[in-house]
Amino acid sequence: MKADIPGKPGFNFGDAAMVPVRFAMELVDPPLRWLQRTAGLGGMATFFLLPNMLIFGIFVLLPFFINFAYSMTGGAALFLPDRNFVGADQYARLFDCSNYLDPNSCAEDTFWTAVGNTGWFVLLQVTLMIGVSLVTALILNRDLRARSFWRAVFFFPVLLSPVVVGLIWKWILQRQGLLNFGLYGLGFEPHAWLNDRNWSFAAAVGVSIWAHMGFYTLILLAGLQAIPKDLYEAAEMDGTKPTRVFLRITLPLLAPNLLVVIVLVLIRAVQIFDEVYVLTGGGPGTSTLFLTQYIYETGFAAQLRNPGLAAAASILMGAVLVVLTLLQLSLGRSSEKKGDRK
Amino acid sequence: MSRIAQFLFRRKGGRGWHWTDIVTWVWLVGGLFIMFGPAVWLVGSSFKSPAALAEFPPTILPYITQKVTVSGIDKPLDLYEVTLEGGKTVKLAEVRRVGVVSQMVDPSNPGEVIKVNISQRKPVREMSFASENYTGPFTHFDFVRYLWNSVFVTVVATLITLIVNSMAAFALSKYEFRGRTIAMLLILATLMVPLSVIMVPLYSIVSALGLFNSLWGVILPTVATPTGVFILRQYMLTIPDELIDAARMDKASEWQIYWRIILPLTAPALAVLAIFSVVWRWNDFLWPLIVLSRKELYTLQVGLSIYSGELNVQWHFILAMTVVTMIPVVLVFIFLQRFITTGIAGTGLK
Amino acid sequence: MGHIKLTNVAKSFGSVDVLHDISLEIADSEFVVFVGPSGCGKSTLLRMIAGLDRPSRGELTIDGKLVNNVPAADRGLAMVFQSYALYPHMSVRQNLAFGLENTKMPKAEIVERIAEAARMLEIEPYLERRPGQLSGGQRQRVAIGRAIVRRPVAFLLDEPLSNLDAELRGSTRAELAALHARLSATMIYVTHDQVEAMTLADRIVVLRAGRVEQVGTPLELYNSPANRFVAGFIGSPHMNFLDGTIESLGPSKAVVALTGGHRVEVPVDGTAAGARVTLGVRPQHISIGDKQGIPAEIKLVEALGSETVLHADVAGQKVLVVAPGQHDLMAGAGIHLSLSAAPLHIFNEQGLRLG
Ligand SMILES: Nc1ncnc2c1ncn2[C@@H]1O[C@H](COP(=O)(O)OP(=O)(O)OP(=O)(O)O)[C@@H](O)[C@H]1O
Ligand SMILES: [Mg+2]
Repeated sequence: MKADIPGKPGFNFGDAAMVPVRFAMELVDPPLRWLQRTAGLGGMATFFLLPNMLIFGIFVLLPFFINFAYSMTGGAALFLPDRNFVGADQYARLFDCSNYLDPNSCAEDTFWTAVGNTGWFVLLQVTLMIGVSLVTALILNRDLRARSFWRAVFFFPVLLSPVVVGLIWKWILQRQGLLNFGLYGLGFEPHAWLNDRNWSFAAAVGVSIWAHMGFYTLILLAGLQAIPKDLYEAAEMDGTKPTRVFLRITLPLLAPNLLVVIVLVLIRAVQIFDEVYVLTGGGPGTSTLFLTQYIYETGFAAQLRNPGLAAAASILMGAVLVVLTLLQLSLGRSSEKKGDRK
Repeated sequence: MSRIAQFLFRRKGGRGWHWTDIVTWVWLVGGLFIMFGPAVWLVGSSFKSPAALAEFPPTILPYITQKVTVSGIDKPLDLYEVTLEGGKTVKLAEVRRVGVVSQMVDPSNPGEVIKVNISQRKPVREMSFASENYTGPFTHFDFVRYLWNSVFVTVVATLITLIVNSMAAFALSKYEFRGRTIAMLLILATLMVPLSVIMVPLYSIVSALGLFNSLWGVILPTVATPTGVFILRQYMLTIPDELIDAARMDKASEWQIYWRIILPLTAPALAVLAIFSVVWRWNDFLWPLIVLSRKELYTLQVGLSIYSGELNVQWHFILAMTVVTMIPVVLVFIFLQRFITTGIAGTGLK
Repeated sequence: MGHIKLTNVAKSFGSVDVLHDISLEIADSEFVVFVGPSGCGKSTLLRMIAGLDRPSRGELTIDGKLVNNVPAADRGLAMVFQSYALYPHMSVRQNLAFGLENTKMPKAEIVERIAEAARMLEIEPYLERRPGQLSGGQRQRVAIGRAIVRRPVAFLLDEPLSNLDAELRGSTRAELAALHARLSATMIYVTHDQVEAMTLADRIVVLRAGRVEQVGTPLELYNSPANRFVAGFIGSPHMNFLDGTIESLGPSKAVVALTGGHRVEVPVDGTAAGARVTLGVRPQHISIGDKQGIPAEIKLVEALGSETVLHADVAGQKVLVVAPGQHDLMAGAGIHLSLSAAPLHIFNEQGLRLG
């Protein structure tokens, strides 16, 4: 027999805080009971779903569909009815190049610069991010003391806002910053990293790896920890070499998580904007100008803003993302199936 | 200290060291510095005076040069330690500097001016935390406004997200109705439509609704999060349907079932979503940047990025404001990190 | 109060027909038990009466009022669920009060009703606990308490004892019987358990695959099962079935030749000579006889002390015998079984009772 739990304490703060909530909820109950009587359970289901679907419809679905209309209009006017129909002109403009290998030969050269930069960024980001997070996850998966502490260490930057991330690194990479101080101590000349075309791009890649690797490490670590320990014990009994254990046990069993991580990194990398915008503003020149910034500036900030062109560019980007997301969903589906079979 | 080190470095198996152990510790300790170092450096810098910030090489801790008042001179003078020709060191105050020669006086004997080569003198420094970096933004910028705007957006958007998403999740997990699968698929499909793809038309819709330059224009487009609906629905599916049947037998209305049975039982998932939502909305940048063009409406993130992008960046204020902007997220990190990491590991969302 | 009537009620989930044409009348303050194999639709039938599911066809009336479209909340019934379905985030008291608060009952009366139910069910010491802090038996009482405080016209109980251990089940069963006598409300009770059905029920409804096989008092079902299914389902261990043919027909008597050649005389009519039939006989009614009996071989002996269960083989068919007392028998031994004192049941090829 369990011990008797003493009765309620006299005053409970949570209960007191609930009083106005309770009151409000009871207030809307009678009209909703009436609704339930007239519309039935189906009607109530609609009622519960409606607010979310309404907001979702207005602010996600509707823009998604009229985006196509936007991309076929020209001019600087904001509202769709005020804009003139130009057919596929905006797309034609984006693809108007005399030499498709050279962005500078295109009418919309900044777009192609942004595409090129984004492409490089995605490539570097995926390889480096996977490498770094996989190594970190493998290390965290070892027989560590205080594992959750170390996991938290790598996770810390994930929560920081992109603006803060950008500013932290802008402060470190600037001429009088910590990096130059360190190098100075080793006898190097200070360098204005962010004013250098190559270094600013490297900084963009590095900073976003710094900011997000903890997230992917976490997913990979979860995958590693789900691998049954007895497999490793069996391998140890057989005297299997560690590299072989990694290639034949760890990697195949981690594959579903790894694929998910790759696609997630891809999807995020294609949309890179916030932290780089704060860090470099896209510069120097257009060396760190990425697609989202191109769309943003073409649509809102440029002197000669052209929402139609921005819409066309965003639809192209959306198409890439849709492909990637479908890839992710199908990967998720197939890894789920694998889980079932186990 | 050594106890902590012992605790951290002790191997579980008690076996000897292997090269992989060394890699592990290099990686971890290196990670510790790389992950926390920049933020710590930022916080440290935020306490430095503008003069100390401009210094190169920089000091780790915030120092300023000690000042003395010398009778006969109005302004307080910088104090230096000077090595005289005889090898003796004395403390002198600098009156004026001409080229490489500094004219100095002994504070206790202000009459006599001593000329010293500047290589012979070193400033006498003391630690000083420049708290005016933190108080300054309140007067120089509309910092309080930005703070308030950010808090307002975060709190209101999170509340609406919790209510609206939980209602939808309830409908999608506990009712059979036509179109349920379609609704679910539509919501999942939103994952494919990030802001960067729809910002142009979304901007015009928000303007058409009169929400341009309004905090509601920042809040509303973000609240119908598909991930929120998704985690809440997954959680609600684990609540037995018999509880709902029991409540129906108990004459509860569907609304009462929602808020008296379902909501309390979904509390753990709601907490996770609330934490995520707070972090998301606090950190939002691109959308507020588009919607808010009036200074008094800026959120912290927008204000910070705009002031840090100015030609003449007032770094001492920017650094301090960045630290303040970091505080809520760091608090979340310290107290709720476990919650979040298990949430991510379980659902794979961010 | 509490008179429930179903007329040709049917239920389908999508294209799956779960219940077919059920007609049933339950009188006020009657204790009716639904039994049947798993998945036969007992819970579905109960939920339909409760109003949690809507019938696809047919009519359902409570006290003469058609309630097909009346929501569960307005039918005045209370239900006890198999999993108890106690609200885990509320204390026992709040669990009991929830349904009453929803009817806007005055506070004082709520308190009084809870006190009364708590006293009746002896759950007073636990009123401030959460369901998670209770044992299975205590939870079960709270679930019943939640129904009692509502003072419903009928109680619907879906396997309320199935999560309790055997001993607790026995004592709670007795309490339920007492409770029914005291409240004199209609009770509809779903169970798998023979003993519960036999001891509690005024009438038992046997269901199979969504159809009513037989309705009757426990002894009616035991003594004259309407078909082979009911015969096999009611009684424990279940009835033995032996194949045979009608050899000759007399006035209200027939001789059945069993497989293996043995002949028995049974009171039966409405059949023809040469028809293939099944003879049913309960294990308790078979005795170990002399050489005139049916020859059988013992396969297994289970000595339970007060009785001995013999698993025997009669011409390739398994026969169970429950013999009172202790017997010195060994597996492999040959014995003779006597049916002379046994009530015999005859079923035709369709499994329907003859005679
Ligand atoms: N919501 C539903 N959708 C589809 N089929 C259902 C649904 N609910 C029940 N069924 C089916 O109806 C049949 C009857 O189910 P029911 O729960 O009534 O059985 P039961 O007699 O209570 O069984 P048990 O003794 O195991 O509780 C089962 O075959 C079940 O699969
Ligand atoms: Mg059932």
